[in-house]
Amino acid sequence: MKNFFKLITFFTLISSLTFSNVNAAGEKQELLKVDWSFKSFFGKFDRASLQRGYQVYSEVCASCHSLKHLSYRNLAEKGGPEFTELEAKAIASNFEVTDGPNSDGEMFERPAKLSDKFVMPYANVQEAIAANGGAYPPDMSVLVKARGGGANYIYSVLMGYEDPPAGMELDDGVYYNKYMYGNKIKMASPLDDDIVEYADGTKATVDQMAKDVTTFLQWTAEPHLETRHKMGFRVIIYLTVLTILVYFSMRKIWSRIETKV
Amino acid sequence: MSDHEYTPKSKVGKWFNDRLPLLTLANHLTDYPTPKNLNYWWTFGGILTFCLITQIITGIILGMHYVAHADLAFQSVEHIMRDVNYGWLIRYVHANGASMFFLAVYIHIFRSLYYGSYKSPREVIWIIGMLIYFLMMATAFMGYVLPWGQMSFWGATVITNLFSAIPLVGDSITTWLWGGYSVDNPTLTRFFSLHYLFPFLILGLVVLHIWALHVPGNNNPIGIEIKKPSKDTVPFHPYIVIKDLFALLIFLIIFAFFVFFSPNILGHADNYIEANPLVTPAHIVPEWYLLPFYAILRSVPDKLLGVIAMFAAIFVLVILPWLDTSKVRSTVFRPIYKQFYWFLVADVLILGYVGAMPAEGLYLLIARVATAYYFAHFLIILPFLGMKEKTTPLPLSITEPVLGGSADMAMAKNNSDYKEKL
Repeated sequence: MKNFFKLITFFTLISSLTFSNVNAAGEKQELLKVDWSFKSFFGKFDRASLQRGYQVYSEVCASCHSLKHLSYRNLAEKGGPEFTELEAKAIASNFEVTDGPNSDGEMFERPAKLSDKFVMPYANVQEAIAANGGAYPPDMSVLVKARGGGANYIYSVLMGYEDPPAGMELDDGVYYNKYMYGNKIKMASPLDDDIVEYADGTKATVDQMAKDVTTFLQWTAEPHLETRHKMGFRVIIYLTVLTILVYFSMRKIWSRIETKV
Repeated sequence: MSDHEYTPKSKVGKWFNDRLPLLTLANHLTDYPTPKNLNYWWTFGGILTFCLITQIITGIILGMHYVAHADLAFQSVEHIMRDVNYGWLIRYVHANGASMFFLAVYIHIFRSLYYGSYKSPREVIWIIGMLIYFLMMATAFMGYVLPWGQMSFWGATVITNLFSAIPLVGDSITTWLWGGYSVDNPTLTRFFSLHYLFPFLILGLVVLHIWALHVPGNNNPIGIEIKKPSKDTVPFHPYIVIKDLFALLIFLIIFAFFVFFSPNILGHADNYIEANPLVTPAHIVPEWYLLPFYAILRSVPDKLLGVIAMFAAIFVLVILPWLDTSKVRSTVFRPIYKQFYWFLVADVLILGYVGAMPAEGLYLLIARVATAYYFAHFLIILPFLGMKEKTTPLPLSITEPVLGGSADMAMAKNNSDYKEKL
């Protein structure tokens, strides 16, 4: 058994080294930390927060940022904001999509359906860049996974708008952000107190909205997070029980000879 | 080997076996005499076979849904992650499976280094193993390109550009690899094709690796030749099978933690940004398992020499059986080499660490010292030490580890050392 513990120690050592390797390239500025409900082994999304987060996204972010990998049906799926199907249909019908060609060979506009992908705010990347002073507002579908620091980073940037330190000159349309790489960001602070009016009566502070929209973006990046956590727990229980059974079988088999296993 | 006289009991079995001796093979594999003192470091061969099969199965399924096209690859990966039933599971197993595969292969290689498993008569097993390792690196590198994220694109650009360092034909080779004048759609499609092919080459080499192993049989922790079969051996089934299974299950628990609870921790966040030839990421880093070689590459100021150093780092491993002049296999009986062994482990870990850091200032200095030490270990220390080192006495067999009646204190101590290893 002694060897076995050595093996485990070795694993831990290797994995801790690889972790520090991967994380070491991150920013120097310590990120704000939030005790997210979706962290930890049993982590789940806060359903109300996801719905509020969608509201913030659609009323604040969606004018510039796309969510091109999502479909409207996702809003009603299990493990997500879990809007009712009717609500999701109503949300979709607010958007126009181009369909066709019809039997006359013409393209036509129709309201979006559940099966449609989220309609993008701009026709293409060039239009998005032109409309935003030369900076491309990134697609938000996997944004949380595309930034070192993940949800904490997104939350920190939303909370990180400050006056620039004395002596720092900023061009027009460039803003100071404590947590942004290089501290310069081309997006003006998107959140202000009460910029949205939450349907559930929650007070829309900047902090609340930042948390809600980050939770929402964590879900858009990892729509199957809840299933994954639930399955992971079962898999590990199963493997542990099986390992114990195999261990005793092994002891039994090796007991036929003198050598210890 | 003892299984030559095997005959199946049933008539049908005998009829078939006379025409294709599959049953003889199965009998050989189950009866295969294995040293009974193998420790848990020997279970990684089985674990690696499991890793390869897992990668092939999950890879085939991913290949059904993935689209190898520069405009569609990223989107198709997101399609797998969102819309394919349990696509997220298949992809996370495949992506983390690559890391687990390398973790296991590094343990397997360092086990071989510790117990001298590469030495005569097992040189061919070792060389085939190194070929497998080399193909694994190529396969993993090409696989990382397929999601067509920023690290995919820029990693591919950096690595393929290395070939342009070759004098005269370098640029032509790079153009040929790319299928154009930069990393683009033709690069992606050929990488996909080769990424699908290579694992089957690896599988073929694994068969040869095991075949070559079954000729001399396993080395063992004390590294002495033993009679097979004898009281020093146990049949592969059930003794080794159950032990390998136990170790595999422990390995799977760790694997599952990554897949279900930190599936992206071993990857780089930038690879969730779609490839953009116009925007270079701040730091281009390969996956963790390639970092030591990346550090060696960058530690040499000249591009061509850097590339040569990187390939030489693998080549010194290939010729290792002839660089290590010591007749004693197991490090257990080589007190001085034991220290150098751990220096080498530390050196490779340091190389991996500085490989992840920007190549400047102190990091660059450390990388250079570590690179120099890496080569010194194989080219100077090993040949010299093998000739000079005074090894401790070897036991006669596994069951009788001490020479009968010796009062030698050093040997007695050594014996207790050995018992600990058991």
